[in-house]
Amino acid sequence: MGVIEEFERAQLREIPVFKSGDTVRVHFKVIEGTRERIQVFQGFCISRSGQGARETFTVRKQSFGVGVERTFPVHSPKIDKIEVIAIGDVARAKLYYLRDKLGKKARVKEKRI
Amino acid sequence: MKTLLGTKLGMTQYFDADGTVVRCTVIQAGPCVVTQKKTVDTDGYAATQIAFGDVKAKRLNKPLLGHLKKAGVTPKRHLMEVRGEDELTVGQSVTVDIFAPGDKVKVTGVSKGKGFQGVMKRHGFAGGPAYHGAHFHRAPGSIGASADPSRVYPGTRLPGQMGNVQVTQTGLTVVQTDPDKNLVLVKGAIPGSKGSLVVIRG
Repeated sequence: MGVIEEFERAQLREIPVFKSGDTVRVHFKVIEGTRERIQVFQGFCISRSGQGARETFTVRKQSFGVGVERTFPVHSPKIDKIEVIAIGDVARAKLYYLRDKLGKKARVKEKRI
Repeated sequence: MKTLLGTKLGMTQYFDADGTVVRCTVIQAGPCVVTQKKTVDTDGYAATQIAFGDVKAKRLNKPLLGHLKKAGVTPKRHLMEVRGEDELTVGQSVTVDIFAPGDKVKVTGVSKGKGFQGVMKRHGFAGGPAYHGAHFHRAPGSIGASADPSRVYPGTRLPGQMGNVQVTQTGLTVVQTDPDKNLVLVKGAIPGSKGSLVVIRG
């Protein structure tokens, strides 16, 4: 194993299994001055990109009728925890088509188990 | 003497204490061995010669092997001279311990070669319109006036070899060192391809 791979592997954290289409709730640590609080961002995971410690995922949600997207590093220590709320039934890895959809169409079918 | 020879291993990132992503370059630096001390009395100037990178003895020529044998050093691929006085003695090795996180360093290397390039890539010229019947696309345009001065001024930016020249990146910060694995991590990018020789100066 190369030096860089080893260096990156040491940064990996325990995260739940999720893929694009899943509804996730991200508990993100926000520092305001000296105080630290947890901000929750819930929405569909529309993409996962990169690998190892450099991997990121994008979460999209509708906030007051406006689409909002946030990209987080998967292994960031700023993420307190990631909760998987629902597993989505989707046919592709990147759900960028959701950006062009409005209202009821901007939803992801939930997987029935 | 705060100078080390090393090999660029590549770039990566890590999360710092507040969770911010820091992009950095990993350099396998040293250990370098002192092979010669030059003094004002014998050579006219003071300098320290250091060697880096193990190599098979058959890859070196006899004069160089003899020079290294005199210093009692195993065959090394790269030799370098650092001007100035210091306390090091021949045979002593220099490791990444000379650098500490927070140090400002300069890194010198040979940039990636791009071959013969036009002015748009080499100097960032704007070029011309791609369509609408334009006949001027990537050419440099005018390179000077007419009968006066009747020549192209020296230093005019023209097409030519791009890259594969020595480049020094200054103002870099050492963010981590690993004395066990002989690693130096500097913030940001440094010149050269992976596996190329670089010089880190304090």
